[in-house]
Amino acid sequence: MKFLIGLATFIVVIVGVVVFLVSPWPGLLLLALVLGLWMSLTRRGQQAASVTAIGVSTLRERLGSSAVIVVGIAGVVAVLVAMLAMANGYRETLRRTGGEDTAIVLRGASASEVSSVLGHDAAVVIAQAPGIARDEQGRPIASPELVVAANLPMKGGNPEEDFGSVQLRGIGEMAWKLRTNAKIVEGRRFTPGLRELVAGRGAQRQFDGLEVDHEIKLGNQTWKIVGIFESNDAMESELWGDADVVGPTYRPNGANSSTSVFARLTGPEAFEPFKAALVSDPRLQVDVETTVDYFSKQSEGTSKVITAIGIVVGAIMAIGAVFGALNTMFAAVATRAREIATLRAIGFRGVPVVIAIMLETMLLALVGGVLGGLVAWLVFNGYTASTLAAGTTGQLTFQFNVAPSVLWTGLKWALAIGFIGGLYPALRAARLPVTTALREL
Amino acid sequence: MANLVEIRNVSKVYERGKQKVEVLHHIELDIAKGDFLALMGPSGSGKTTLLNLIGGLDSPTDGSISVGGERIDRLGEGALAKWRSEHVGFIFQFYNLLPMLSAQKNVELPLLLTNLSAAQRRKNASIALQLVGLAERAAHKPTELSGGQQQRVAIARAIVSDPDLLVCDEPTGDLDRQSAEDVLGLLQTLNREHGKTIIMVTHDPKAAEYASHTLHLDKGTLVEQQGLRAEG
Repeated sequence: MKFLIGLATFIVVIVGVVVFLVSPWPGLLLLALVLGLWMSLTRRGQQAASVTAIGVSTLRERLGSSAVIVVGIAGVVAVLVAMLAMANGYRETLRRTGGEDTAIVLRGASASEVSSVLGHDAAVVIAQAPGIARDEQGRPIASPELVVAANLPMKGGNPEEDFGSVQLRGIGEMAWKLRTNAKIVEGRRFTPGLRELVAGRGAQRQFDGLEVDHEIKLGNQTWKIVGIFESNDAMESELWGDADVVGPTYRPNGANSSTSVFARLTGPEAFEPFKAALVSDPRLQVDVETTVDYFSKQSEGTSKVITAIGIVVGAIMAIGAVFGALNTMFAAVATRAREIATLRAIGFRGVPVVIAIMLETMLLALVGGVLGGLVAWLVFNGYTASTLAAGTTGQLTFQFNVAPSVLWTGLKWALAIGFIGGLYPALRAARLPVTTALREL
Repeated sequence: MANLVEIRNVSKVYERGKQKVEVLHHIELDIAKGDFLALMGPSGSGKTTLLNLIGGLDSPTDGSISVGGERIDRLGEGALAKWRSEHVGFIFQFYNLLPMLSAQKNVELPLLLTNLSAAQRRKNASIALQLVGLAERAAHKPTELSGGQQQRVAIARAIVSDPDLLVCDEPTGDLDRQSAEDVLGLLQTLNREHGKTIIMVTHDPKAAEYASHTLHLDKGTLVEQQGLRAEG
């Protein structure tokens, strides 16, 4: 029977913790408000507040053991927040790359740019579709582009062995009008018709030799780096050159083909007519998406994997932290067994004692959570990393983003650990017969 | 005088693994209101168990216990806690003060269970400390007080909510002779001048002399009484 009660308690606790972790902040705020009202308005709540105040006032005297909980939970939260910040940064970088008012057209059923091929005729038809914005000369802002994978030596690695994959994008003049956020910050733009490249700032950080006026070998050809650009999105991880030069170099049999056509629309509302026109055109067999949708989908798989790894690693560490908290709180409760028994003897009830011990543990957990979040923010926020982007061929540079939502998740984890770590010692303290507890120590 | 405590056919059995140990055996006892009763007996005779039953800290296996006309053996855990807070003051051998709280705050503890305002709680606690002669040590923590002073703070805590009954488990067991006499004198004053009913467990015959009656327990049975009805 005791086993069944224990099992039922465990299941209820786990379900409760899961609900707590997935609850939005208004739900948790309401919960805190209800607890606050209970503690200030009801007799039992006031008892709980009194016992909590007594326990909290002794924390300074139990600094060492309290620090075990705080530091343990801070470690869990720091790791979890760092992992989530990585996923968040990756997702944000790709999301920033797209917009509601730009569209990407790929060959039908292509998962990404590199697996798509569009012929020259198709690109011309696409550029004439309705809804595309026009430049000052009345030309449609549509950019047929060719994306290929190239290998370059990694920075700091052995130049003969350590190569990484970089995405080389062949573009036309319209690409600059389409991506107004891309700015040359060093050197100049490439000259059409020449083997010149501009490198994104992120690519420059990752690969060797991407300096203005340096020459690099790509596709058995020598290319000159003439400029560095920044765009604050995934494009920064790429090299850009003239599509009419990149095409013949990498696709000698299909020099005029492209992998995608990007188009700036007159507004987000122009997307549906634009898409409808292309999808219904019998000359084309294409998929049309807004760039925000396209890049979000591209990031989905990888960010899910990073998030899952973060949660798994965090969960493993959390289990360790729960045992740390359990150990500390069992010790604290054992040390204070007679105090707790005395309080119960003079009339304090079990529920306030349980609530008080749990609040005390959760307070320590909160401190640990804030500390862990702060450490993660200080160390990882803005930290630059790179990875192979899912669905693309190049190495994507992105920055860890310790957003408030990530910190909030870390805090919820901390509180959940504190909840579990405090519950069982609290139940023990409340269930132990007063007469037995009075004899302890 | 009317009885404050009426114990009828009370037995208490503890289970230790598969073994059952009968600690109290068919106790019959009446304690008059305003009495000062000493419970004596060898270790393991059941005197602390009997005290705990009367104080509502434990429940009998069989029999009934009425205190002030209320059948406390029928009360659930929550109701029993409430009853204790209103009717019983506890004095323990090792004082059981909360070490991080001042004497004043320790005495205020039982009043946290009442609806009194903070100011009223402070006032009542000050009065109780004054009564035990420790008004000037109100701000001191237990570690800054002698054993005798700590026990007097514990007595102030026991009486601050003005209970009918004080239960004392070896209240002088950890004190030197002089401090013990001070504490026993204080208990006697509370009994004689303030009408508190006191039940005290003690090993010390000299301490028992301060009581108006002494009962002896042996192997869970009342074996002797002076002026009280006791069968068992």
